[in-house]
Amino acid sequence: MAPRIGVVVFPGTNCEHDVVGALDRLGADATLCWHGDDQLPPLDALVIPGGFAHGDYLRPGALARFSPIMDPVEKFARAGGPVVGICNGFQVLTEIGLLPGALQKNRDLEFICDDTTVAVTSSRSVLTAGIPIGTELRLPINHFDGNYVCDGPTLAALRAGDRIVLRYVGNPNGSIDDIAGIANEGGNVVGLMPHPERASDVLLGSADGVVLLEALLGAAAAA
Amino acid sequence: MRWEARVEVRRRSGISDPEAATIERSLPALGYGDVHELTSGRWFRFEVEAEDEASARQRVAGLADRLLANPVIEETALDVSPAGGG
Repeated sequence: MAPRIGVVVFPGTNCEHDVVGALDRLGADATLCWHGDDQLPPLDALVIPGGFAHGDYLRPGALARFSPIMDPVEKFARAGGPVVGICNGFQVLTEIGLLPGALQKNRDLEFICDDTTVAVTSSRSVLTAGIPIGTELRLPINHFDGNYVCDGPTLAALRAGDRIVLRYVGNPNGSIDDIAGIANEGGNVVGLMPHPERASDVLLGSADGVVLLEALLGAAAAA
Repeated sequence: MRWEARVEVRRRSGISDPEAATIERSLPALGYGDVHELTSGRWFRFEVEAEDEASARQRVAGLADRLLANPVIEETALDVSPAGGG
């Protein structure tokens, strides 16, 4: 059976159809999950896609936590279910505390919409399992608040736990330790600023995101 | 009764402040090269209903930490006083 992957939609989310399309082309059965629902359908994995949840008012991701769907999303994550937050989804995951640290304004106070190179620096996550360390991927970024920050002990814990899964090669936004993506302790919750779904076909300019999405499909199939 | 709350949200020390850094970099060109140690933040004002000042303060502190600030990178300063104009 095709892995069932839920894609959460808030008012202001704008990457949900790109994610559903990319996952479906890889053989998943992806469905949209509205933020106002207080339960999830039976799922093997979840994606919180990019956009501007609730308009990004106050801080990106800050208001998403009050959406009814976040309660079952949090339970799903804490039970070990694979959850990936892309861009605004990464911001949402830090705001609800499923991932440590925070994402603040880019170092040079510019919105960045560009291709970037990231290196896989840990295979210990649902998004990077099976991908050799050091693999470089060409992926687009598209954000104003992608500058990852955390305190010293948190950074030490991320390093010690092998939880920094993607690093920029040439830091575009000032993120501490070149961090482009991190995982929780269990490796089942991952947040990243680059958009793998926008690099899921050579027609889009790059298919480098496919290995990441395939890893997620693998984790979903095993869930 | 109603209480007026003012909440200042500022970055924790040690957390980089790209907005302040950009403003400070531009100051010499405007003739303000004598300005240093600039920080930026956000400020909120609202009214809250509560029996007394202590419980109003507790409500405001809870709201500040849960929503107005991200405690991971920000800290808050609160001011609560009786709301004027009834």
